[in-house]
Formats: sequence, C-alpha cells, structure tokens
Amino acid sequence: MAAVSGLVSGLLKRRFHWTAPAALQVTVRDAINQGMDEELERDEKVFLLGEEVAQYDGAYKVSRGLWKKYGDKRIIDTPISEMGFAGIAVGAAMAGLRPICEFMTFNFSMQAIDQVINSAAKTYYMSGGLQPVPIVFRGPNGASAGVAAQHSQCFAAWYGHCPGLKVVSPWNSEDAKGLIKSAIRDNNPVVVLENELMYGVPFEFPPEAQSKDFLIPIGKAKIERQGTHITVVSHSRPVGHCLEAAAVLSKEGVECEVINMRTIRPMDMETIEASVMKTNHLVTVEGGWPQFGVGAEICARIMEGPAFNFLDAPAVRVTGADVPMPYAKILEDNSIPQVKDIIFAIKKTLNI
Amino acid sequence: MRKMLAAVSRVLSGASQKPKCDLHRLEEGPPVTTVLTREDGLKYYRMMQTVRRMELKADQLYKQKIIRGFCHLCDGQEACCVGLEAGINPTDHLITAYRAHGFTFTRGLSVREILAELTGRKGGCAKGKGGSMHMYAKNFYGGNGIVGAQVPLGAGIALACKYNGKDEVCLTLYGDGAANQGQIFEAYNMAALWKLPCIFICENNRYGMGTSVERAAASTDYYKRGDFIPGLRVDGMDILCVREATRFAAAYCRSGKGPILMELQTYRYHGHSMSDPGVSYRTREEIQEVRSKSDPIMLLKDRMVNSNLASVEELKEIDVEVRKEIEDAAQFATADPEPPLEELGYHIYSSDPPFEVRGANQWIKFKSVS
Repeated sequence: MAAVSGLVSGLLKRRFHWTAPAALQVTVRDAINQGMDEELERDEKVFLLGEEVAQYDGAYKVSRGLWKKYGDKRIIDTPISEMGFAGIAVGAAMAGLRPICEFMTFNFSMQAIDQVINSAAKTYYMSGGLQPVPIVFRGPNGASAGVAAQHSQCFAAWYGHCPGLKVVSPWNSEDAKGLIKSAIRDNNPVVVLENELMYGVPFEFPPEAQSKDFLIPIGKAKIERQGTHITVVSHSRPVGHCLEAAAVLSKEGVECEVINMRTIRPMDMETIEASVMKTNHLVTVEGGWPQFGVGAEICARIMEGPAFNFLDAPAVRVTGADVPMPYAKILEDNSIPQVKDIIFAIKKTLNI
Repeated sequence: MRKMLAAVSRVLSGASQKPKCDLHRLEEGPPVTTVLTREDGLKYYRMMQTVRRMELKADQLYKQKIIRGFCHLCDGQEACCVGLEAGINPTDHLITAYRAHGFTFTRGLSVREILAELTGRKGGCAKGKGGSMHMYAKNFYGGNGIVGAQVPLGAGIALACKYNGKDEVCLTLYGDGAANQGQIFEAYNMAALWKLPCIFICENNRYGMGTSVERAAASTDYYKRGDFIPGLRVDGMDILCVREATRFAAAYCRSGKGPILMELQTYRYHGHSMSDPGVSYRTREEIQEVRSKSDPIMLLKDRMVNSNLASVEELKEIDVEVRKEIEDAAQFATADPEPPLEELGYHIYSSDPPFEVRGANQWIKFKSVS
C-alpha cells in the first residue's frame, strides 16, 4: 500500500498520508464500546439495555456515545429492576431480538439470576431445540478497589456451573472486543464477565482486531507467553499478574507458560492439558473464592485426563482469600492474588 | 336442517343479562353484547371440550403412573384459554406459567404432541425433554416453571412486538398466587413506562396452591394491582365475556396506549397439581356448586341450544369425536418410545457444531447436537 501511494503521489505530485494501524493503543473500555457499536450497526435486532447505559453513557462509560448514535429504541435506560429487566431482555430474545443486558456489576445479577439460569440457559434444552435465546449478559465482575464485600464477588464459578450458558472472561482489549462481538453473534445466552479495574487499561491493538469482523472464538484459550517449566492458567485481570510473575521468574531462569483462558464455559481443556503435558507443572490463578472455583474445576479435570500422568507435582491453586471482601486497603490487597502470591505458588510447585 | 339455519344469532338480548366488567382507570369497558356465529360457537365448544377431555385423560394417565412429576390441570378454566385465543390473532403472542396444557392446545399444538410430551416420549412437542411445564409452539413461549418469571418475559416479548412495529400484542398470564411476586410489579412499571403492548392477565382461580386469595393478598382486586395500568375484571367462566374483553384489551394495546391488565375470575376443578386432592383448603360443596352453576362448557352449550344455534344431539356428536381424538392421542402417547438415550446431550446450544457432554462419570460421554 505504501509503495502504491508513493507511486501515485509521484505521478500526481500530491502527497497521500497513510498511517500503519499496527501501533494502536486501545483501552478495554473502548474495545468493548467498539465491539458493541459495530454489532449494533451490523444488525438492527441488537440493542442494549441496563441502568444508566443511555443518557449517562454507562455507569463506567463503557457505552459512551451509543445512545447519541442509536437513540432510545436501541439503547434503553432501565429503572433499578434487575429481575424485571433481565426477564424483559430474555423475553425479547425469545421473540427474536438480540439484546445485550448490562448488569451494573454482576453482584446485582444475583437479583436476576433466576432469569439468567431458568429462563435463558435452560430453555433451548427444555424445548427440545425449539426456542433459542440469543442474549448477552455483560458487566463488571469480581473485585474492584475499596468497594467492599457486597460489590466484589466473582461469579465465574456460579455461571460456569450451568449447562446451556456460555461464559467468557476477557483480559485485555483484544479479548474484550473479540469476545463481545462473538457473544453478540452467538445464538445462545452468553455471560461476559468484564473487570472494572481493566476498563481504563490500554493495550496494543493488533491490525486484525481493528476489523469490523474481528471475532475471538468462544471456547478457545490463548497462550499469552510460551514457557517450558510450568503452566500457569488464569482468566481476567489476574492474567496480567501472571505475566508479571513470569517476567520476574524469567530472570531467575524459570520460564512460565501463561495461558489466558478467555472462556470459562465451555472450558478449553485441550490447550491446558497439552501445556501441562509439556511443562509437567500446573498453577491456576483466579480472583474468585477457592471453594468450588474455576481452579478447582481445572484440577479435577486434569486428574481425569491424560495430563495427570505428566504431573511432577500436585496442581496448585491461587485464588481470592476465603472471606467476604474487606474494605481496609491492607486487608483488601491481601484478599486477592498478588504477584508475590503467584510467584510463591510457582516456586512451591517447582520445589525451588 | 340445522346447517341451513341462520348463521348468525343474537346471543345476549340486553345489558341486564351480564353486568359490565369492573373497570379500573377505564372510562369504558368491553361491549356487553356480542354476536356469536354458529360456526364460532361450534368451534369454541369443540375446543373447550377437547381441553376438558385432554386434561381428564392426563389425570387418568397420571394415576396410572404413565405421566410423572408435575401435572397441573386446567379443567374448569377452559373458557380462559379458548376465549383468549378467540380474541387475538395467531400472529399475536402468549406466555403463561405451568398450568399450560390448555394454552398449548389453543396456540396450535395437537393433543397427540401434548400428551406424548406429558408421557415423556420422543413424539412429544419438546421431544420428551421438557414435560408438562415446558411446552413451546409458534408464538407460544411456554409453559414456565418458576412462578412469576414469565411475566417479565412476556413484557419482553411485548417489547419485541413494539420494536418490530408489527402491531402485535403479547398476552402475559399469571395466577392469583403469582400476582404477589415483586418482579411482576417491576414488569408493570417498565411496560407502562415504555408503553409496551402487553396484556397482563391474572387468571384468578381463588387459590394459589392451598392458599386462598384472602390469605395471600392484602388486596384481592387483582385488576387494580397494576395501579397506573388500567384494568378490568372479567367473568372467566363465560367464554364470550373472555373473548370480548380480550378483543377490547388487544385493541387498547394495538392503539399504542400501553399495557392493560385483565383479571379473569375462574375456577379449577382439580387441586393445584396431581399431588393435591384439592379438598383440604376448599369444600366439595364449593367445587360442586361451580360445576353445576358456572361450568364454562355447560354455559356455552346452554346458550347455543337455547338460541337454536345447535342441537343437543349435534353437540353430543362433537363429544364423541373429541373422545375419539383424545383416545387416539393417549394411545400414541402411551405407545410411542422414549427419546433415545443418545440424545440426552442434545440441544444444549443452538446453531453450534457437535461437541461432547459429560455424563455421570468421566467415561460416559454424550454427543451434543444443536
């Protein structure tokens, strides 16, 4: 393209400007915004509803500009009625529309969890394949900063438990855009667990992510960093902490293979197993509580599969502390997995 | 000879015969007189009789343990499902709770498919995957097991109607028991705020399971519970009242005025479900009184015979035909095989390539096909 423009400019004695898109930095917030904007434009059946999504531009500004562009019909402010508006969204999906239902945080989705599970997740099965429910439930999940116990729960394990749902958990901007677009195009109920602390974080946006048809397949994990000594599996914000831990350990000669799950359900066990069969060691890292969590499921499945015989040490979990999230900073900091906790767990597993 | 009689007959000669509906925030209600054609009369009679006999057959099959689990029968309430259907178009939408067999039929499924779903066979309308409470058809969204959850769903279907701009309405049904659910009030609020074409319908059969309305609700004027939503209370045992009220309500919604609420006063002969004899919280005398004075099929029959729209013999012929249809359907429902075990994992996701689903242990795997 540069060569052609140079040629033409030479012929016409004009200058063409063409900037390579490769070095683009996009925040997670803007990536989700872009993804929704593109899908709203592409399919007029798609619409967004939730508290403050329209005129306020979104409680966390994720839907900024969308109401101005698409208007009242497609971007709908709801009253504070989670059970009601989640049910309305599911009904609209049953009738053929493609709603994006935002929960201001997933903590509030508990009010509506019956609609997510009993009305959305199970319906295609109960109807013998007659009634699909093409809905997306999205919003911030897990710990934030100083918001205390009722606003900090991680719902990956709860939603990941249920057949009929798909559950995704993006880490960076590329994940966020690709997964929200796939979720919207999916004909099934998809829960998109975002992270409030990641919204403002910029990441490099590769050229393919800038396309309007950029999709990340649901159900496929990504190896963020290749390694040989140990497999470290994570989802959402802790993926970044795992990469930090890996950088520190690399200086000590330990090479971690960091896997970004991207999808909680259906879980990509193949990628995890192949990695464990290569490295012989496994640490799982998540923000949620340990009991019955994502890491617990990974460990159980490792035991059942071919990778078990390749383990040189028991698989280890790094999780949030088994307490309701406290408020004081020192307590909160020690209630979520820190880089030092991940490093410690890795070294323990490797016996170093 | 009967067929050559006038096709049209005036049914109600004066306003005195049926009182006006109780109204809430409405200046006028549905008309107090209407025209019943012979054709419609016979159709309604046949449909109500079919629902009645289908429910009684389900009772029988349940007692024979051929139907399992939950079975909530609607005999006594036939004028509701048949009357509502008579007041709307097939392109309109309907959603209800678990007492849904009658609506499943009036919305277009056959008795065969319904009974076979109750007996859990592959010829059932949900391939045996759903059972009594989870039957679906075109523009019929079940069959919902969680009390009250269907009401926001119905408001959502109404939102889709408005979104698509096709003048369709959604009938969203719930019972007197469900009427106290919080999510219903959330749905009222949003439906009114956004002027959704939703007809909220409370089928008040006086008892939420074993709890009478007086013991459950601070206000038993269910047609007023929508507060800012206009409402009307209708005799749910009289099919023409139900039809006219439905036409009235549908016209209201279609005109863009927003939601409306209809309370249908009706009665179920059976207990709440097949595990409830239905006589611990109400008297046999009460049940008998309703049967003898207000049975919906009897009311229509009397009306038709007294107006010379049909003869007693003719209606008996229909009874015989209906019985045969139900017998055949029951035969099918009993003889049809259960769904194949291989399909246990089917229908988890829509439009996806096949994948594996875990069974009771890690070595048991089922294929899942959309």
